[in-house]
Order: sequence, then structure tokens, then C-alpha cells
Amino acid sequence: MDVKAFLSKSMFLGACLLSTGITLGILGFMLVLAYPLFARGLFWEMLIQPWSPGQGLFGVGPMITGTLCIASLAVVISIPISLGVACFVGIVHPGGKGRILKSVVEAMTSVPTVIYGFVGVFLLVPLVRTLFSGGSGMCILSAGMMLGLLISPTMILFFVQSFTLVPQNHLDAADALGANTVQKFFYIVLPWAWKSMVTGLILSFGRAMGDTLIALMISGNAAAFPESVLDPARTLTAHIALIIAADFDSIEFKTLFVCGISLYAMTGFGVVLARGLGQRGRA
Amino acid sequence: MASPLWDRAFRLFAWGCSLVLMGAFLVIIGFLCIKGYTALTPRLIFGDTGFWDAVLLRRQVFDGLFPAMAGTLCLIMLSIVLAVPLGLSTGIFLAEYASPRVKWFFSLVFDILAGIPSIVVGLFGFCITLFLHQCFFDRLYPCLLISALSLAFLVLPYMIRTTQMALESLPVSVRLTAPSLGATQLQNIVYVLLPAALSTILSGIILSIGRCAEDTAVIMLTGAVATAGIPKSVFSSYEALPFYIYYISSQYADHSELIKGYGACLVLIFICMNLFVLSHFLKKRLSQRLLFRH
Repeated sequence: MDVKAFLSKSMFLGACLLSTGITLGILGFMLVLAYPLFARGLFWEMLIQPWSPGQGLFGVGPMITGTLCIASLAVVISIPISLGVACFVGIVHPGGKGRILKSVVEAMTSVPTVIYGFVGVFLLVPLVRTLFSGGSGMCILSAGMMLGLLISPTMILFFVQSFTLVPQNHLDAADALGANTVQKFFYIVLPWAWKSMVTGLILSFGRAMGDTLIALMISGNAAAFPESVLDPARTLTAHIALIIAADFDSIEFKTLFVCGISLYAMTGFGVVLARGLGQRGRA
Repeated sequence: MASPLWDRAFRLFAWGCSLVLMGAFLVIIGFLCIKGYTALTPRLIFGDTGFWDAVLLRRQVFDGLFPAMAGTLCLIMLSIVLAVPLGLSTGIFLAEYASPRVKWFFSLVFDILAGIPSIVVGLFGFCITLFLHQCFFDRLYPCLLISALSLAFLVLPYMIRTTQMALESLPVSVRLTAPSLGATQLQNIVYVLLPAALSTILSGIILSIGRCAEDTAVIMLTGAVATAGIPKSVFSSYEALPFYIYYISSQYADHSELIKGYGACLVLIFICMNLFVLSHFLKKRLSQRLLFRH
């Protein structure tokens, strides 16, 4: 191996290690900065405690609940719609109409999040306020609906991608036996594709959890445990955006790292889970 | 489930869901167009300043989107310049040098990086600023450079993945010709594989540009402010289009400002859609032509 080849290889390896370093560094930095909380044994308590600075309680329990509620609602809203659209694209009209719809869905992925938030504030929130009279309209329901719309394109593309894993000769055989679309979907497509569809679901859930702007703009940001879908709630991501201006040495500021670490841990766990499923699906 | 009724219901379900989604999408775009089309004049961007005065930086633009657009442009260029070399090299390493085991480990790491919420990346950038401010340069505050760096971290996994995918999906015939003629691995990568994969890699870069243009969470933590004018250096704070939209939605003073917010939304959508179409076009059409030219 001559010098040039060696140098270039080490450069590429160096870049790879640097990128890995960044990934681990993000977690490491937050762990170091949250160390005082670990040292005093506050970290685990903070995950479930309520947020009431007046009583000296700085737990992020409400934010974790809010995040999970809003993200789950978004996924629950998004699943049937995505499934229907994916069936339209992949099974019912795989030709012309389906291809056009798929392009539109792909284009939807490029709409900025802040736009969804903006439209949410000025269109959806007043609508929810009038429909369910009471409250400001900024609630879990509004945020969940908007977030559901945001993650639908991602989920649809995942579903369509998993439908293409079904071998064509199985589909041809079903056609030859005279199966209709429902039978084709339930007896052939689903058994082949469900694992990779679950992978898509997990990753979409991660995306819903990680979104900041929609939750920040239209979920109301009340730092209390929500009791119904019409209650305002604050997500972990919005909490980070709201508290960032606090004094650096204060305990409020330290809670940011609790939020950051929990978000990192939850999305990272989702990725590992999705990969595990994917690997077994391929074997 | 053999009855035609089920088949009908299934088709109806697929049609219904598609119509609901398209309807929601059209409502969003339509709502913005109806509310914001009156704002779409040169005044929206340049305010009372003339076009050439603004573009040549002779006079400052006060009540237009021009500073925000300039800020977004600087941000995009800086973060792409930071992210491309790193992302490309990492992608090349994964596709061409790494053994399957090594590849498995690193792609898991980069999947995790891709999954990290953007606000956490922003928090990281903010903490780095804080750290540097306290330990090394006490005149460093959240600024354009820090934002660009954080955005570069955010788009890095996309760039790595598109490069890796583009190289791995090249046909074996393309991959083996140069080595069989005596080329080294490096020559093969530089002269054959990279040019052949160029259009896919470019489309990945353009998608990353779109991510940089739209992301708000990172920049609101690392230096975007409501009024700053054109960024003077990489160490100054700056305005950005998505942050402006966020700011207007919560702090608008009167109706005309709100209308400007709608206009800004339309401008941002227009930019992002164009980037998307460009990337789509590059991936679909040019891949064939570029493959055969080299």
C-alpha cells in the first residue's frame, strides 16, 4: 500500500470517527453538564416529579407525559390515513394516479415544520376553540392533529417502501387465482410487509416526539399533567426552547439536560428497536 | 373477504384517505395563499429600499424580508460547506473501505444521529457556545458560525446516507472496470465511482439544503434573532426566514405585520418546494445521462 492510498484511507476513516464522535459527543456533553443532578441523586426523581418552581420541584414529569400524549395522538391519527394512502399508491392504483399521489406526498415532506405551526395557530386553533367551546384552543388535540399531518408523508413513504418488499410473483399468483384487492392486501402484502411497516411506525413516532415547533406554537405549553385531550400540555422539546433563556447556574437550566437526555434516549431506543426488527425481517 | 363488497369498501377507504390527506394539504396551501397573496409584492422583501440599493448593500432594509433571506442564505452556505466534506468522506469510507461488521456499527450510530431531535442538536450547540465562552473566548456569543455548525451536525447523517447509498447502488460492471485496467482503489473512487454517483449525491446535498432552510429549532437556540440586519460576520447574530415566521406568529403587533408573516410563509414554501423539485429532477432524470457520459 503506497503512501497516497494510506493517507486517503486514514482521512476517510478519520471523517467517519469524527462523525461518530459528534453523535456520542452530544450525549456525553449533556451527561457531563447534568452530572451535578446525578451526583445529588436528583436525576431519576426529576423524571416523574411535577414542575412547580414555587415549591422547589423541578421535575419534567408533565413534559414527558405531554410528549408521549401528543406523539401518540399524532401517530393514532396518522396510521389509518397513511395506511389508506399507501394502499392507494401501492395496491389499488399502482399506475398513473398512484404515482402522481406519491409525488405529491413526497413534495409534502419538504413543507417546513414552522409552516404547519403557523397554519395551526391561525386556522386550526380557532377552529378547535369554536368546536369545543372552552379553553384557548391550544391543546393536545390541535397539536396532535397538526403533528399527525406532519408525520403522515413520512409514514406513507415507509409503508409504500415496505409494500415493494412483497415479491411480484406472489402478487401475480394471487391475481391469477382471482383474488380481489382486499384478499391481496390481507393474505399477501400484510404478512410480507408488516415488520418493515412497524419499523416505519416506530421511526415516525420518533419524529413526532422530536418535533419542536408545532408543539411549541400550538400545544399551549402549560407545565402541568394534562387530564384530557383538550388540556394544554408542554412537550420536552418545547420545554427546552422555553427555558433556554434561564440563568445558566440555575436548577431550571439543568433540567434542560434531563429533557435532552430523555429525548436522546427515547429516540435512540426507537432506532435500535426499529433496526432489530428490520434485521430479523431480512434474515 | 371474497365478496365484492369488501373490495368496494377497501377501495373506498383508500380513496377516502387519499382525499382527506390531499384536502388537508390543499387547505394549508390555500389558506396561506388566500391570506398572503396581497403581501406578495417587492415591498415584502425590500421594504422601502430600492432593489439595487438592497442587493448591493448600499442601504439597509428595515421593513422587508431581505435581511432574513440573506441570513438564511449565509446559514445554508456555511453549514453545507461544513457538512459536505465530512459527510462525503464518511459515506465513502462506509461504502468502499468498511468491512460489513464495521459498517453495521457505524450505520447504527448514524441512524441514531439522524433520529436525534433537532432541538437537542441546538441545545448541544448552545452548550458548546457556553463552554467556549467561559473557558476560551469570552467574546463569543451565539452566532452564525455556531448555528451553521449545529445545522451541519443535523444534516450530516442525510449526507452520509445518500453518499453511501449512491456508491453502493452502482452496478458491478461500473465498479470493476477501472480496477481491472490497473487503477488503484483511490483512482477508482475519484475518477469512476464518485462521478457516476454524482447526481444522487447532489440530490442528497440539495435535500440537506432544504433541511437547513426550514429548520427553526436549532437556530432559535443558537443565535437567530428578530432584528439584526444583514449578518456582518460569522460571529454576529442574524435573522432567518423560518425564525421570522415563528416570531411573527407569537409577537405580531398589527394586521400588516401578520400579512407579512403569511407572505414570508409563501416565500419559504416556494424556496423549499423548488429545492425539492430540483433534487427530485436530479435523482430521476440526470442519473441516466451522467452515468453514460463518463
